[in-house]
Amino acid sequence: MEGSRRDFLKLAGLSALGLGAAPVLASASKAAAQTFGDDAKALKGTHWAMVVDVSKCQDDCQDCIAACHEGHNVPTLPPEKKRNEIKWIWHEEFENAFPEQPIAYLPEKLKGKPFEVLCNHCDNPPCVRVCPTKATFKREEDGIVLMDFHRCIGCRFCMAACPYGSRSFNWFDPRLYLAKTNSAFPTRAKGVVEKCNFCSEQLAIGNLPLCVRACKNEALVFGDLNDPNSAVRKILRERATIRRKPELGTGPNVFYVI
Amino acid sequence: MRMVPYDKEKIGAGLLIFFVIFTLPFWYNRGRAVAPANPVLPTDYKTCVESTDYMKTSHMQLLNTWRTEVVRYGPRYYTNSQGQRYKMSLTDTCLDCHPKKADFCDRCHNYAAVFPYCWDCHLTEKGTR
Amino acid sequence: MLEKAIFGSKKFYAWMTFLGLLITIGMAAYLYQLYHGLGTTGMSRDVSWGLYIAQLTFLVGVAASAVMLVLPYYLHHYKDFGRIVILGEFLAIPTLIMCMTFVLVDLGKPFRLLNIFRYPTPGSVLFWDVVALNGYLILNLVIGWITLQCERQGTAPPQWIRPLIYVSIPWAVSIHTVTAFLYAGLPGRGYWLTAIMAPRFLSSAFAAGPSLLIILALFVRRFTNFDPGARAIQTLAKIVTYAIIINIFFFFLEVFTVFYSQIPSHMLHFQYLFFGLHGHATYVPFMWASLLMGLAAVVVLLYQNVHPNEKVLVVGCVLVFAATWIDKGLGMMNGGFVPSPLEHVTEYVPTVPEILIAVGIYAIGLTTLTALYKIAISVKEELRA
Repeated sequence: MEGSRRDFLKLAGLSALGLGAAPVLASASKAAAQTFGDDAKALKGTHWAMVVDVSKCQDDCQDCIAACHEGHNVPTLPPEKKRNEIKWIWHEEFENAFPEQPIAYLPEKLKGKPFEVLCNHCDNPPCVRVCPTKATFKREEDGIVLMDFHRCIGCRFCMAACPYGSRSFNWFDPRLYLAKTNSAFPTRAKGVVEKCNFCSEQLAIGNLPLCVRACKNEALVFGDLNDPNSAVRKILRERATIRRKPELGTGPNVFYVI
Repeated sequence: MRMVPYDKEKIGAGLLIFFVIFTLPFWYNRGRAVAPANPVLPTDYKTCVESTDYMKTSHMQLLNTWRTEVVRYGPRYYTNSQGQRYKMSLTDTCLDCHPKKADFCDRCHNYAAVFPYCWDCHLTEKGTR
Repeated sequence: MLEKAIFGSKKFYAWMTFLGLLITIGMAAYLYQLYHGLGTTGMSRDVSWGLYIAQLTFLVGVAASAVMLVLPYYLHHYKDFGRIVILGEFLAIPTLIMCMTFVLVDLGKPFRLLNIFRYPTPGSVLFWDVVALNGYLILNLVIGWITLQCERQGTAPPQWIRPLIYVSIPWAVSIHTVTAFLYAGLPGRGYWLTAIMAPRFLSSAFAAGPSLLIILALFVRRFTNFDPGARAIQTLAKIVTYAIIINIFFFFLEVFTVFYSQIPSHMLHFQYLFFGLHGHATYVPFMWASLLMGLAAVVVLLYQNVHPNEKVLVVGCVLVFAATWIDKGLGMMNGGFVPSPLEHVTEYVPTVPEILIAVGIYAIGLTTLTALYKIAISVKEELRA
């Protein structure tokens, strides 16, 4: 009796496994020949980077932040939920943007200036290294570190790994805190991590990033590091720059003119 | 096979209650017919990105392919088997011809009790800026 | 053997009902969290992991402590552990279940959990953490159940169980090494970026786990007819003593490196935990309590080694468990995330729903533990009769 009941259970288990596996093994139907292509106007680059010249920033100006957050449907949380805020680009004091390199006597043109901080789209990003599903990944073609919101499980390991605090999590449904939405870009849902995407959707249709376009003083410059004639390479040839926490080996691609 | 003594009444009652609950969907809805799904088709356009039959069975596979291409690789345009070029976007392309989600998408989805979460993120109204 | 977990005394039913109530409340709190999002917890953009992951970290250590029984008994034939090994294995199982449940409730999109298996990423430590924890759970389930079943039937366990037992020994070490690696490889978190993170995990695990085992073993002896063995308990006490001494020693090694090198970014985390930073000092009393309890535990346990006394031993074990829980359960997260990489201080305090969920998960663990222990002990009592 014992033996035959065990055998029955073994057989039932194997059958269930087989039935469950059948649809997985069946091949999915594919449409006939498809090809994918870029917009003719798309900006092409293999190593996107940004240079920030805060000496050109005006006090109390939030144009770059407003443009980015409105263009990407980044919610604005009420003050009592400040700890759950979402920000893709924002201002910091010099001491907070560069805590490892305190400059005792800041030059006048940098004193009190707001330093824009955002995702650095590192060459060697720790966030990509730790993601268990490759929901955050570095695109080979252009070097942008992107989020796949469809795949993110919301484990927030990437947030722990980022040495720059660039990442935000949707602690609530963001649509509750969006006064108006830009229909050209999706919102996100609660439970996924998000961050600056170097405006990959803008680059794809031939536009510079929203923050760069919004700045009236051209404090933000965007371009391809692999193109020796790009705007960023021009500045880097002429001005000294620093990057955030370079000793960590992350290879950040946002440069700050000093 | 040796029979183990068991409480016939309790087992029988339990089995009966189980069958009643298990077959609930069948006898609870007896006599009622659910109207077949009738999505409102666009009048201005006759063809979709792919053939109607393909879209009926595999629109989700197509959307998944679009999603992988746009999000992970970068290309934004799709050329179908007929050589027609479309922008790979749920809100901009699909909703261009099928602007009202409630009249189109929801009709079949509600009938089939399918609730995709696309709309948690992808906007259903165009031009709200 | 399962029926032994379902039928019992009135006290047993009362206990399981009480736990069931805690679980139900926890589940309701979890539904609330699922509906509104993880914002119902005290976590924030700056402190993005909190109570849940802290419990995972702590419990992984407790789970691994089963190896402290398996290694001497199976590898070195230390006969005194013969009766107590099953208690270790059956402690590891509910502990691992709790670990994985804590991860589940912490996920922003729990229904996408299987993405970890659909898109395996061997470069991610979290992937290996999932593999290691699930593997150890299966190992303990198989080994524990089979050995108990065979003991009940009076037969020797099958030959294939031997290699599984041997594998479980390095595997136990691997589960908290890989959990330590979650933290120790992150370049931006100075409190965690230390090679001694994994050894500290090991030492606090081998202090916390066996001390819980001692308490459970004494409890079992008091309330059932099963005696795990006084000598086994005293040997475990020796293990706890060594482990807690090493753990405190490791802590002082950390303090030396950080404060003798005087690197500001590393010191700030210790300053926040032990002295407060920018006026924020919520965890200062807890951290000092942890340190003092740990030191007191050393004194108590050393005394107990010389003058064996099980009442004193219980005090020592409670001190060890509390000290290590604060260190790993509260200190790890807050120390790691505060101050933020931009040197801002955002404090983290768990909310009521968060605590209710955590309590509910502990209740799930206790339910499983009670059921498994009841099975094991009923079998042992049966055999003695």
